[in-house]
Amino acid sequence: MKKIGFLACCAFLAFASFGCGPAKAPANEIEVWHWMTDRQDALEALAGKYEQQTGIKVKLVLFAPSDAYTQKVLAAAQAGVLPDIFGILDKRAIVASFIKEGYVMDLAPAFRADGGAWEKSLSVKAVDNNRFTASNVYQVPAGIYGVPIDVSNVQLIYNRALLKKAGIVRPPATFEDLLKDVDALRRVGISPLVTGFGEMWIVDCFASNYAFNILGEPKIMATFRGEVPYTDPEWVAVFNVFKTLAGRKAFIEGIVTKGNKYAEQDFALERAAFSFDGSWAVNIYKSMNPNLDFGVMPLPAIKPATPMRVWGGAGSSFVVNNRSANRDKAVAFLRWLTAAPQQVYLSAQTNNLPSNCEVNAGVSRILGDFLKAMENATHPAVWELNEDPLVIETFDKGIQAIIIGEKEPEQVARDVQAVKARQMARQKK
Amino acid sequence: MIRPDTGNVIMGQNFSGYRPPARDAFRNFLFVLPAVAIFAVFYIYPFCELFNLSLHQWPGIGPKTFVGLRNFQELLGDKVWWSAMGHAGYITLIALTFQNALAFALALACDREIRLKRFYRLVFFIPPVLSEIVVGILWNWILNSGTQGGQQIGLLNNFIVQTGFPNLVHNWLSDPATALTCIAVVHAWKGFGWGFIMLLAGLQTIDRQLYDAAKVDGAGGWSMFCNITIPMMIPVILLVVILTILGSMQVFVLILSLVNQGLVYHTEVPVTRILASMSGMNQFGYACAQAVIFGVILVAASFTLKAIFNRLRQA
Repeated sequence: MKKIGFLACCAFLAFASFGCGPAKAPANEIEVWHWMTDRQDALEALAGKYEQQTGIKVKLVLFAPSDAYTQKVLAAAQAGVLPDIFGILDKRAIVASFIKEGYVMDLAPAFRADGGAWEKSLSVKAVDNNRFTASNVYQVPAGIYGVPIDVSNVQLIYNRALLKKAGIVRPPATFEDLLKDVDALRRVGISPLVTGFGEMWIVDCFASNYAFNILGEPKIMATFRGEVPYTDPEWVAVFNVFKTLAGRKAFIEGIVTKGNKYAEQDFALERAAFSFDGSWAVNIYKSMNPNLDFGVMPLPAIKPATPMRVWGGAGSSFVVNNRSANRDKAVAFLRWLTAAPQQVYLSAQTNNLPSNCEVNAGVSRILGDFLKAMENATHPAVWELNEDPLVIETFDKGIQAIIIGEKEPEQVARDVQAVKARQMARQKK
Repeated sequence: MIRPDTGNVIMGQNFSGYRPPARDAFRNFLFVLPAVAIFAVFYIYPFCELFNLSLHQWPGIGPKTFVGLRNFQELLGDKVWWSAMGHAGYITLIALTFQNALAFALALACDREIRLKRFYRLVFFIPPVLSEIVVGILWNWILNSGTQGGQQIGLLNNFIVQTGFPNLVHNWLSDPATALTCIAVVHAWKGFGWGFIMLLAGLQTIDRQLYDAAKVDGAGGWSMFCNITIPMMIPVILLVVILTILGSMQVFVLILSLVNQGLVYHTEVPVTRILASMSGMNQFGYACAQAVIFGVILVAASFTLKAIFNRLRQA
């Protein structure tokens, strides 16, 4: 009996310890974790093609939604069970932590091999999203730590038929034009603008587009460093954009709690004339309403002399697990995936902008229009530094409060500055 | 066989103070070891780790910095957190009153011999088995405040217009005055079926002879309800109340489904704040401190309620 008990105990402990360890992948197989439900079929097809060509099996594992994916990757890093290829859908500071902990391979040598052929083939903006320059604030060794498999940007999309119905012959060139168009649309009972302001990143994106136009990048970075307060008149002017738009009834009813999926549905079903959305929405609009006639443009500028910046760059990027035994195979697969034939296929299947600029000429007209704005693309991932997340939350929630008429721009500016001052004092401590 | 009147005396021998030999104790321990190990690995260890993390500053990856009780100290002064707690309390209050009163009333109705009793039971149990996401999508459509071609898209606003009260059309989920109440009502709508089933099961265990005897003594319906139904139902009511509090205080999927990341801070509840600290701000230590405090409050509330109901039963 004693022996049986001892053996049972050993068996249980052995089972428990073996069950917790990382599974070793076969040498001719690479594992990819991704979050892109809309690209699963296309990626599966490409994985099959890659296996045919090279004999290396690519195992794709989908985790969705993206929030769940982010947590999964964080947990896997802690447990030391990251796959060969994965994505980090998190803030720049977290990407830097992954790199500093040695989970992410520096791909700069691979990009620069063969005279830099791989790097040259890809969109500069998209590569920049994955680049850490020398002496970056995160203290990460300079390098390129990710491979963009597509690019995206967020702009103002307009419905040609609804604009025509309101007597608008061309999309607005300036902010004043936009306000006139809003009035014209309201007169004929059309909701002017829809977007997912229930999701904080879209509020942030919309606001930072105007912040770049009104303040310019150096002043924004100075604000992040704490050298310019949010109560500065130019920041108040950014908040006033929302007050003006809300006052003119530019926003669709219920915009502050609307998720982007519902916003995309509203635009596809022609419930609003403008939508502030990303290039990925092209696929959604086409699938929901194949007859939708729409065009794209950056948000109309308040200071027309300054080009309007748009959020954009790498749409989806993959990184290679620096601790993987299959690192070289993983890099080879990503290089193959971003080569022209695969990029043409991915773009055609998913209506996303290709990261390989050699195939840009072959994309549809609407995707081509999205691509035009890439030269003015910017993104928090390429900024010198990012704002404290609590300040961003207060900023975005404050904008919601302005839209619903609960707070004035000046009051929101003071609230944001108070949180900023508190966070800076905490960091100093 | 242990006889009640003989205490630890079995077959004429006194076993008080009996301890099995160490060998037997070890063998007995081996039998429960798997259960203990599973409990330790999946319950005790995560809780200890949660508490440990709450004493650190940690972005989710990389080294942790020990900060002692600073996270708890900050939490005490976090106005958004405590207002979120208040919002959850409001949702719970609506659930405890509106939801459970409705559940009790319907359970009483279905406990009697009425036509289509089984059908009603089935219908009342549909909302709780639906996923919160599905309920959110459904109510998003009902409460939608948008228009198309001058027509209200939302079912409720459309109904209001059709019945001749266009002035009452409202932005239900985007107005701070109504958003939280709408969430509370939808939560109550989804949850009343659980209370209904449990209360109905409790009602059916009450011996009918008690009512017959009371009727013979001339008791009326209200008197029987107060003196038989309620006292006999106290254990079930306690269970329903505790489950309602635990379920309502932890509501969050429904909120994400109805108002996404929230209407300013008016629809924040503790779990959405924990999520915001974790995935929005990468403050895992602070999120763990929030979870610890929240857990302590819920456990304290459950024990307090149990003590109150025990007193009520004794009274």
